[in-house]
Amino acid sequence: MDFALSEEQAILQDTLKEFLRQHCTLDKVRQCVHDSVTCDADISRGLLELGLPGIVVPEEFGGAGLSYLDAALVVEALGEAIAPVPFLGPNVVAPFTISATGSDQQKSDWLPKIASGSVLFGIAFSETSGGRIDSLTFVDSERINGEFTFVIDGNDASHLLVADQNSEIYLVDVNDVAPTLLRSIDRTRSVAQVTMDNTPCELLPGSSNFEALDRSIAVARIMLAADSLGAAQSMLDKAVAYAKERKQFNRVIGSFQAVKHMCAEMAAELEPCRSLVWYAAHSVLAIPDETQVVACHAKAHLSDVAQFVARKSTEVHGGMGFTDLLGLHYWFKRIGLNRQLLGSPDVIREEAARAQDW
Amino acid sequence: MDLAYSEEYEQFREELRRFLKENKQRSPDMVTTSFTGEERAQAARDWQQLLIDHGYAARTIPREYGGYGAKPDPLKSHIIAEEFAKHRVRPGHSGDNRLVPTVLELGTEEQKQWLVPPTVRGEMTWCQGYSEPESGSDLASLTTHAYVDGDEFVINGQKIWTSGAKRADMMFCLVRTEPDAPKHEGISYLIFSMDTPGIEVRPLVTMTGEAFFNEVFFTDARVPTTQIIGKRGEGWFVANNTLKYEREGLGDPNQTESRLLELISMMQLETLDGERLIDRPVYRDRLQKLQGRVLAMKFNSMRVLTSRSKGEEPGLPRWIVKLQGCELNHQIANLAIDVLGELGTLYYGSPLLRANGSWQQRYMMDLGLIIGGGTAQIQKNIIGERALGLPKEPKQASQQV
Repeated sequence: MDFALSEEQAILQDTLKEFLRQHCTLDKVRQCVHDSVTCDADISRGLLELGLPGIVVPEEFGGAGLSYLDAALVVEALGEAIAPVPFLGPNVVAPFTISATGSDQQKSDWLPKIASGSVLFGIAFSETSGGRIDSLTFVDSERINGEFTFVIDGNDASHLLVADQNSEIYLVDVNDVAPTLLRSIDRTRSVAQVTMDNTPCELLPGSSNFEALDRSIAVARIMLAADSLGAAQSMLDKAVAYAKERKQFNRVIGSFQAVKHMCAEMAAELEPCRSLVWYAAHSVLAIPDETQVVACHAKAHLSDVAQFVARKSTEVHGGMGFTDLLGLHYWFKRIGLNRQLLGSPDVIREEAARAQDW
Repeated sequence: MDLAYSEEYEQFREELRRFLKENKQRSPDMVTTSFTGEERAQAARDWQQLLIDHGYAARTIPREYGGYGAKPDPLKSHIIAEEFAKHRVRPGHSGDNRLVPTVLELGTEEQKQWLVPPTVRGEMTWCQGYSEPESGSDLASLTTHAYVDGDEFVINGQKIWTSGAKRADMMFCLVRTEPDAPKHEGISYLIFSMDTPGIEVRPLVTMTGEAFFNEVFFTDARVPTTQIIGKRGEGWFVANNTLKYEREGLGDPNQTESRLLELISMMQLETLDGERLIDRPVYRDRLQKLQGRVLAMKFNSMRVLTSRSKGEEPGLPRWIVKLQGCELNHQIANLAIDVLGELGTLYYGSPLLRANGSWQQRYMMDLGLIIGGGTAQIQKNIIGERALGLPKEPKQASQQV
């Protein structure tokens, strides 16, 4: 029994964090937001040099063949740094989905390209996971139709993975469509709207059962939870650092119990979340029967706790927390978007209840 | 990350299961009801001895002091706790998990021989004399005091929150023996029989209507000066050693999980207007929220266990267990009462009573535990200061002793 990260996993995460400390500064994030860049070239290149785009791609297809826990650690670090770079869609959900449901041909066509960073898949699953199944997305004679919203990393994508109303998953080339950027509160990642009108598409043959899409959505939710875990940890760390340094009434404010207890509550709520995310990510390959329920709980619970931390951390920073000067709001907003993507907490908890036959 | 146990541990678990299957009927809960009180007590002692002989109780206590003498292995201890709970068999004990480690660590050889073997056998039971009416969170301000007269301490004062004081044979107690020393350096850790003349125990009835706790009054109670652990004035240090062991038990997520399961099955059975309680969306969502929290705490405990098994200090994941676990238990009981509505208010002895009134009992008891063993606010100070490194509240000059 070993419920812990391996030495390699700790090194992987530390290495990435160190890279992001140097290359994903707050100034960089500001600049990207100002320029509407959600795929920073410098950071993308760094991730490629670390071999991360192929982290879960099997070795036979040129990837690292690592686990979804390794992937979650990467996503957590990206969330901590609020990195303006597509990752969880194109480099975790896409390879998972193609590995699980693609034909042999599709796997050998796409997985090596994912690993080399030469394709970027946007993920268009929102219509089937956020309670909007009345969106009438349908496929007829290998042509797909309908309005797809909140396509994750849609603006930077070269291709899309699209779920239709029958929960089948299709490949679409972005050259055949025109994604429109939605302006969410979070400007560090792109979410897009894509209209498909008789657009050519290619079925992933293994997705012709409801379970396949559910599993892909579960993986996506675990990764969104990991992103929120990182972002919330960063907000907690900033609050604690600020409470140790900011003085009022001739004392650092962290010595006041009112402030100290806010910090303690954030830590007490957030720390068990780390174990929940680890377990959920580990379950994807090791305990697949449990994945759907724990993924729901990881996403729903992290959404609530990260929201709590985002709010309390802002309060610890006082008026400064409310300004643009500190930039704390970038983390606040990333957490805010994660909370709603692929199902808000209440919607997801109902799914967890149904999955347990309650 | 590997959630499977290695072969050594699987084998250990198998042996334990076989043992439980073969010996379950000897557990004191299974013996016939025609037994007298003394026969029952003997059955409990026999059971404890059987468990010690097989290494399922007093496991890490050295053989020369009546234990099994295995080297500490948190995974094996965990497996023992898990299997006894799963088979609903009464587990053994390690004597007293506060006193025994303290005596073994800080007592003299003579004290170890005197105190540990009978405690481990269950023939010598203990209560803890720490809190006082005026010294709760600020325990070191305690005023129960003793002066030395010849070769005896003479104790006067009062303790409170003394669980088990009615039944206990012995007390370990913090007493101010050096009135002129600074407050943390004037305390001694004394041990004595509860039969000592001058000790009076009064039950303390709580809001649950029960008296798990007591008040203990000392009037010129005389105790030999040799009955001290550590030196005079070192009691605070000795006691902190004991507290370290006590706090571990509060907020255990396995217990929380079994309460959640009880709640789920109740909500699947009970109906309101012909609809199962669990089908009501608001109740259902509250239940799901709690399940998410319980899972997080359960996995957190696996992380703590792993750290321990590697001999590492778990840090933050451990510091939060008491605060989060007790709060979660309270919220589970709260939901149970809410979904029962008016029925949820019924208490012991009432017609229509559900679950023997245990949800109301727990709702109140859990609030007691949120306060007891270090209040939630003290827990937050500990997390803020020890885990996050935030500075202590500056002391005002007049408060410094």
